[in-house]
Amino acid sequence: MVEFTLPANSKIGKGKTWPKPEGATRAKTFNVYRWNPDDGKNPQVDSYQVDLDECGPMVLDALIKIKNETDQTLTFRRSCREGICGSCAMNIDGTNTLACTKFISDVKGDINVYPLPHMKVVKDLVPDLNTVYAQLSSIEPWMKAQTPPPPDQERLQSPEDRKKLDGLYECILCFCCSTSCPSYWWNGDRYLGPAVLLQAYRWIADSRDEYTGERLDNLEDPFRLYRCHTIMNCSKTCPKGLNPGKAIAEIKKLMIQRQV
Amino acid sequence: MRLQTHLARVRGLGSAKDGTHHWWAQRVTSIALIPLTVWFAISAATMAGLDAGAVAAWVAAPWNTVLLLLLIAATFHHLHLGVQVVIEDYVHGEAAKFAGILAVKFGSAILAVACGYAVLKVAFGG
Repeated sequence: MVEFTLPANSKIGKGKTWPKPEGATRAKTFNVYRWNPDDGKNPQVDSYQVDLDECGPMVLDALIKIKNETDQTLTFRRSCREGICGSCAMNIDGTNTLACTKFISDVKGDINVYPLPHMKVVKDLVPDLNTVYAQLSSIEPWMKAQTPPPPDQERLQSPEDRKKLDGLYECILCFCCSTSCPSYWWNGDRYLGPAVLLQAYRWIADSRDEYTGERLDNLEDPFRLYRCHTIMNCSKTCPKGLNPGKAIAEIKKLMIQRQV
Repeated sequence: MRLQTHLARVRGLGSAKDGTHHWWAQRVTSIALIPLTVWFAISAATMAGLDAGAVAAWVAAPWNTVLLLLLIAATFHHLHLGVQVVIEDYVHGEAAKFAGILAVKFGSAILAVACGYAVLKVAFGG
């Protein structure tokens, strides 16, 4: 059955409370999920205070400041710090988003920072993404065509057909959407989840691709596609403002279109 | 323990090449149920307080019999499709899942036939 409570070794305890930095007049509290696979202890929430007068505007700035100046054991992924790499996806203030594009000032009160929900945790804020990456590979997210490309130019696409990829190609694969989806939480081993289905639709919708039918065949499955129950957490949480729920609905429409 | 790559696990047994029919049938029955349920609710409300004979006469009227049978078919078809999805969502043990799905299919078939029989008996049993 679905687990509605955390297993005993995942129950979260109260962790260390770090002191307020000296001379800070505008200190903000960050409650951060901590778990270390090596110490055999349950996860805990550590409390840090960051002087906002000495810190950049984003949650990622605060996390980097904590790591640099307070606690070097704090572990998280980050790279581009401008919302294009998707590395710093985490749950901030109860919503999956990118730490680098989330303003500290958008959160009233203390800021709670947790890893992406319902994923195995590697350490602290770092989730294990092996399964979602394998799911992405399984939909073969690249152009597939029998017809070889013209020898002297690229494959042509009309501006109207190119427009159909808008709202799809911008996905940065941060997996905020998939990990916000209860259906993905309960059946993430078989349901592909919104991020991967949006990618699948990106190639289904591409006029240059010649394997649309095979792509639909591969998705036609009670679990891979039809676990989507239009909960729409995916579209609500997407930090890039995309609409995976609509992409999934478009796939379902094509499934009907090819048999009715 | 099974040493498998993540991709092997994700690909699993492959696509079932099915699921669209289930999803489509759920939508079709839900559309059918909108007018049928409204009709039945209004009819039942207007019959409040009538004696058994008057209600039996209402059931025996040809259009009412037809619509009642359609309502029963659509309701129980929709019910078993929907509950099957709930079971697939939440029950992860293979044995429990199969038992649950069978119970829902048999249960809704029995209830549907029993309801249909009751309507036909009132309509034609005199």
